[in-house]
Amino acid sequence: MSPYVRRHLSLRDPTSRMLFASLAVLLAAGPWLPSWALSLSTIALGKGLVVLGLLLLMRTGLVSFGQGLYYCIGAYAAGVLAHQVKVTDGLVMLGAAALASGLIAFVLGALLAGYRAIFFAMLSLAFSMILYGLLVKSSALGSTDGFNVDARTLAGLPYSGGASYALFAVATMAAFISGWGLHGYNHSLAGRIAPAIRDNELRVEYLGSSVRAVVHLNYVLAAVMSGIGGAIVALAVGHVDPEFAFWTTSGEFVFVAILAGTGSVAAPFLGSILFEAIRSFATQYSPNTWQMVLGVAMLAVIMFLPSGLWSLFQRRSERG
Amino acid sequence: MAIIEARNLVKRFGAVAAADDLTVAIGADSVVGLIGANGAGKTTFINMITGYLKPDAGSIQFEGQDVTRLAPRAVTRLGICRSFQIPQLFVTQTVADNLLVASGIARRASRTADSAESMVADALERFGLGAWADKLASVLPEGIRKLLDIAMALAARPKVLLLDEPTSGVSAEEKFGVMDTVMQAVRPQGVTVLFVEHDMDIVTRYSDRVLAFYEGRIIADGTPQAVLADAAVREVVVGEHGAPRRVEEAVDARR
Repeated sequence: MSPYVRRHLSLRDPTSRMLFASLAVLLAAGPWLPSWALSLSTIALGKGLVVLGLLLLMRTGLVSFGQGLYYCIGAYAAGVLAHQVKVTDGLVMLGAAALASGLIAFVLGALLAGYRAIFFAMLSLAFSMILYGLLVKSSALGSTDGFNVDARTLAGLPYSGGASYALFAVATMAAFISGWGLHGYNHSLAGRIAPAIRDNELRVEYLGSSVRAVVHLNYVLAAVMSGIGGAIVALAVGHVDPEFAFWTTSGEFVFVAILAGTGSVAAPFLGSILFEAIRSFATQYSPNTWQMVLGVAMLAVIMFLPSGLWSLFQRRSERG
Repeated sequence: MAIIEARNLVKRFGAVAAADDLTVAIGADSVVGLIGANGAGKTTFINMITGYLKPDAGSIQFEGQDVTRLAPRAVTRLGICRSFQIPQLFVTQTVADNLLVASGIARRASRTADSAESMVADALERFGLGAWADKLASVLPEGIRKLLDIAMALAARPKVLLLDEPTSGVSAEEKFGVMDTVMQAVRPQGVTVLFVEHDMDIVTRYSDRVLAFYEGRIIADGTPQAVLADAAVREVVVGEHGAPRRVEEAVDARR
């Protein structure tokens, strides 16, 4: 690890300090949270991981409208492990989700790394819809109904299933490790090449680096984060179904990424928690028009905070 | 000894011959100016050496190795780097970050054991970019953009540096300053420099040797004084009409 990356991962770095503080606050506050808030936060952290993956792709200049593919692969990998293979430890299920997403992304990434802009977005969407179509037709995996995901232990400790504090803590740790790791990665050479690719691919090639290799690597990393996110949500909800891969799910991740902004590795989690909260309250108090509430929220963010919610914190730190 | 040898290069874009049986050898440690009117084939020649364009026929040798069909990044890794007529920068990043990416990639290719940060500091100093280090590349004046573009190309400590119109877009007052800075940076490294240039003052002052291009062929090759005194060059490159010798005669004379 280069001294440069080490410096950004140390507590002298403001982002690292903020991430450690958030971790401590979340882990300490968790036991006092009501169950609905634990559930909402766990799901939001899981989805935040998918958005974190999108953030990495966006940093490379790519927008995926099909990140639901890896969210779904992660969720189904965890579910199949418990359901079919009878391995019911939540942590092992997360590992399987990461592995399955990473492997499939490695194969598909070899093709997708050659595409940019709308072609990349549409091809990624197409792959997610292919998976959706396959799952809908697959009766062994419950077809459109999906199936229940039962974890009995979490890191070897007894686990009752659903969004308990234990799962919330695991989700918090996964979010922290991914966010902190990505913060360090962003300051490594490969991480620095990502925005250079977004700005000027030709120059990156002329400096002697393979654009394709870096895009491929970032695609796989984004998929692994999305897969873990999918598995966390599957464990929290206790159920998976093909909707995980449906295009509206992928669209929701892009929505949250825009809502949150790309200013920090913490932004996806903040955006995701806010999105889930708005949706929960809107569904409760305005069940027939909750999409409209989300739309208005999005419109407000685009009009007043074009760089996303995180720009609020950036402006404050710039002033301070 | 020749560091680059181009043999019988042919490159056509439809009916236009950008390289027409081009054969030339470039000696190590020389500074070679490439002159010619627009469309004469200078940039095509640079693009073929750096792997951006593949010739229709012919070959390019670098230190005796065939590099004709290599991709730009493979050519860069061998030690041939280039700058661009329109600087190719990472516009949303600062000058220091542009250099950090260039130095980081160069370092990984094992051209140097220095840290990327010390390479950046060195480049900022050598190119006089220190005062611009924290500025975004998108807000730089043209002369500074050119210098940054060249500093990035030089980060890999190349053996051959190709500069495509290093002073185009640079004001008359700045152009010698830009070239002086570049030459001071490359001379100690013993880099062979090929530069495309339209400004004959620059060509005369900085080249050891000049190649004059016309319709994909080299019509004159020699010292700056000899080439610029050549009648055919005066007619088709410098734009002095009524020169006594015809261009075709000049080409025939070289064959």
